[in-house]
Amino acid sequence: MEILAYFFILIGVLSFLISAIGLLRMPELYTRMHIGTKATTMGTFFVVLGAIVLQPSWSAELILLTIFIFMTNPLSSSVIARAAHTDGARLEVDDLDKDIR
Amino acid sequence: MFETVTIILLLSMLITLLRFLKGPTLSDRVLAFDVLSIMGVSLLILLALHFEQSYYLDIALVFGLIGFLGSTLFGRYIEKGL
Repeated sequence: MEILAYFFILIGVLSFLISAIGLLRMPELYTRMHIGTKATTMGTFFVVLGAIVLQPSWSAELILLTIFIFMTNPLSSSVIARAAHTDGARLEVDDLDKDIR
Repeated sequence: MFETVTIILLLSMLITLLRFLKGPTLSDRVLAFDVLSIMGVSLLILLALHFEQSYYLDIALVFGLIGFLGSTLFGRYIEKGL
């Protein structure tokens, strides 16, 4: 049971690592936002799932935490995207399709 | 097992902190702060599992609330000013 729990937690933490690497390597703000919010939501879900498997008596509090993060994380990313658009951030034109033609 | 998971999480927090320090605009920094607060919530869950103390979960809940309020407030500040 402990191995299953730590397997779930490992999936979540690797998702966090992918999110961090993408946050460092992506070229502009909106692509960074794309990886910085979705992958962290998935990581939180899997960490909480592993915690529920490991300690079932805490499941009420953990499920409350997960619902809270699932509700607030898209909201805050939407606020940041709106603010960045007002601030003047625009999408960069992708040069890849020019190379193919 | 706990050590491996925690080291990977701390490494990803460190990389996110690099983006926080580097970020060209204010919006990048606010985004990195948002991601850092969610990673901090997961770190608190891992600490609660390791020490088997459930009050870390209360701290995680409050920390998630404060992080959400902080990023929303900074977004409003970028959009409209103080």
